[in-house]
Amino acid sequence: MRRADKEGQLATRAVQVTFLLALIGLWYLAATRWHVSPLLLPNPVPVWDDFWDILRTGEFLGDLRVTLTELAAAFAISASCGVITGYFISRSQYRIRVLEPLFAGIYSIPIILFLPLYILFFGLGPASKIALGATISFFPIALNTIAGFGYVDRVFVVAARSMGASDYQMFRYVLLPAALPIILTGMRIGFTVALLSIIGSEAIASLAGLGHRIVHLAEAMEMTRMFAYIAFVVAIAAILNTLVSSLERRAGRVR
Amino acid sequence: MTATALPRWLRTPFIARIGVIVILLCLWEIAARWLIDPMFLSPPSRVFTSLQTVFETRGVPAALRVTFWELGIAFVLSVAIGLAIGLAVGLAPFARKSFMPIILLLYGTPQITILPLFILYFGIGPASKIAFGISHGFFPIIVTVVAGVQNIKPILLTSARSMGASRWQILRYVVFPHMIPSFFAGMRLAMTGVLLGVLLAELYVSTAGIGYFTTLFTQTFDPTRLLGLIAVLAAMAIALNEIVRRAELHFGRWHAE
Repeated sequence: MRRADKEGQLATRAVQVTFLLALIGLWYLAATRWHVSPLLLPNPVPVWDDFWDILRTGEFLGDLRVTLTELAAAFAISASCGVITGYFISRSQYRIRVLEPLFAGIYSIPIILFLPLYILFFGLGPASKIALGATISFFPIALNTIAGFGYVDRVFVVAARSMGASDYQMFRYVLLPAALPIILTGMRIGFTVALLSIIGSEAIASLAGLGHRIVHLAEAMEMTRMFAYIAFVVAIAAILNTLVSSLERRAGRVR
Repeated sequence: MTATALPRWLRTPFIARIGVIVILLCLWEIAARWLIDPMFLSPPSRVFTSLQTVFETRGVPAALRVTFWELGIAFVLSVAIGLAIGLAVGLAPFARKSFMPIILLLYGTPQITILPLFILYFGIGPASKIAFGISHGFFPIIVTVVAGVQNIKPILLTSARSMGASRWQILRYVVFPHMIPSFFAGMRLAMTGVLLGVLLAELYVSTAGIGYFTTLFTQTFDPTRLLGLIAVLAAMAIALNEIVRRAELHFGRWHAE
């Protein structure tokens, strides 16, 4: 049984690797043999060279710093505002019933619509990206904080009260451990959408940043370099998301 | 708590929620009238009374219609493509194990980075918006369809097969009914994704669509019409989301009974 399992796993791995290799092979053939214009699909070999060139020369540092600074600022704002607002709302059932549907309703609107307005207010620089990223990531964090603190099992609360827990003890030993995993999930979602919206708004209208760099290269028709930058940004996003997920798991375990 | 001083009917959550919205609108009105430069913000009263000037702007009704069609086509195609891939991958355990990790990996990458490629391949017209909308919309459908298929009890499939059901009959009478709730949850997520994708592509580059007019109103410092246009689009998004959510509630309940 176990042996069959292992063989099955090997087979699925083999299919995955073959699939990816076939994709890259098709890409290579399309670029070299089938006369697909290099403006649409550059040869993967120079793309790979450019990718290493970008890493080696460190020319990505300026744009990466801009994007990460915006991300950090946006996330700091949305995480603190989201958790404080969510905690304040979750302290009364009445406030939850009034405000939670309102937040959920606003969350379902694509907030990227407000980007032109934000650019009008905050200009083309980092401020408009920070504001947009903070707005978009505020809602999942606030909603999850409400869900975390607002729906703690009443048995725990009543038990702690009857054993004479002070307000601080109640918060530290009952509410926080119950709510923390849900809040952390909200923060992870908020982080991901903040990253997406910041790269997106940089692509739409900005002066610097990774999204801006990709669009700039596209407009200059430097396709090879653009593909390399796309790979770079995808890798950065994957690293950041993995990092945040592992932080979420680790922090969720600590009680 | 100030709420305790109010009469009882005012304290029902629905009325209170409307109260909150009205207070926010009042704050906006005050801020726009007396505190902020009218170049940047205009009060809600003026935005709503001059909504028809937005529609009277040459090209705006056509642009709204184009955006609406882009959303509709992108959504329908996402559902069709997502359903086909989801069933193909979900019904064969081997395909599921091999391809689900790849699909989840692709789902997790930020598609916004390849937006310029969509423009390059599909042009600056509606085709690129539809394609970008689909790229956001079909992943949630695949994931939920696969999850829905996976949750079918194997005994149901085995018994249907042993009673001599054909492949099509199994799909029609066993797989589809069990998939419905998760499928509609996926449609809701897909609608969110399609809205995001199409609007992102519209804002990125547009010659006659909504994106052109938001840029125009931003650059000519016309917050009244900009806010009007955003309000119309937000209303459109809310309406589309609400339709899909209602459908989800309706069909999800039908299954539970």
